[in-house]
Amino acid sequence: MKLLALLAVCATGALLLYGTVDMPDWSDPHSPASIHVSPRYIEKAMEETAVPNMVTSVLADYRGYDTLGETVIIFTAAMACILLIRRPRK
Amino acid sequence: MIAHFEDVIIQTVCRILLPFIQLYGLYVIAHGHHSPGGGFQGGVILGASFILFCVAYDIKEAKRRMSEKLDTMFCSLGLIIYSGIGIICLVLGGNYLNYSRLHHILPVNPIDARSMGILGIEIGVGITVMAVMISLFLNLVSSGEHEEGLQ
Repeated sequence: MKLLALLAVCATGALLLYGTVDMPDWSDPHSPASIHVSPRYIEKAMEETAVPNMVTSVLADYRGYDTLGETVIIFTAAMACILLIRRPRK
Repeated sequence: MIAHFEDVIIQTVCRILLPFIQLYGLYVIAHGHHSPGGGFQGGVILGASFILFCVAYDIKEAKRRMSEKLDTMFCSLGLIIYSGIGIICLVLGGNYLNYSRLHHILPVNPIDARSMGILGIEIGVGITVMAVMISLFLNLVSSGEHEEGLQ
């Protein structure tokens, strides 16, 4: 059974490694991410959002849903911590 | 377990430093548009200032300043501010979290309204992160009893 699990892990790892062959090179200017959304953010962030800090405008405006999810994750962490280990002394 | 630990130097330095740390946390939140920073970072600085207070004094003294009820309410308040701004945008006829619609209720043009919306949600994120840091610290350090721990 352990051998089977090891085989499954090795096979999945080999597939993942094989998948990285098709990925664009590191900092390739012609990769899809660099020719599609990045130039739009770099060129238009200031005139569309009036925020000089491009990182903030992407984080909180263009990807606002994402940041809302991050905040929910942090909130959930606190609630889980309270539910699991808080025990008021009687 | 040390019964009751008091150190004049630590407590005095903590008292002098705390306002500046908290002011800096507020600056990082409010100035997130123009410099590195934002809600997450500023909230962590605010939470760390409270943790410093817990370390220099004790948990009971800290809970006298910020009760558990208030802290848990702050956890939710930040999220309510964030999602509430999204719903306000929805009510004003835009998409969820489309801040440019806020120009109907704010005295600015639609582009500056986006900036204002970002500031609003950063404040919400900051409140939540601060309260969550405090809550996690108090629960983990006292194994959930909030009685003793770092005394």
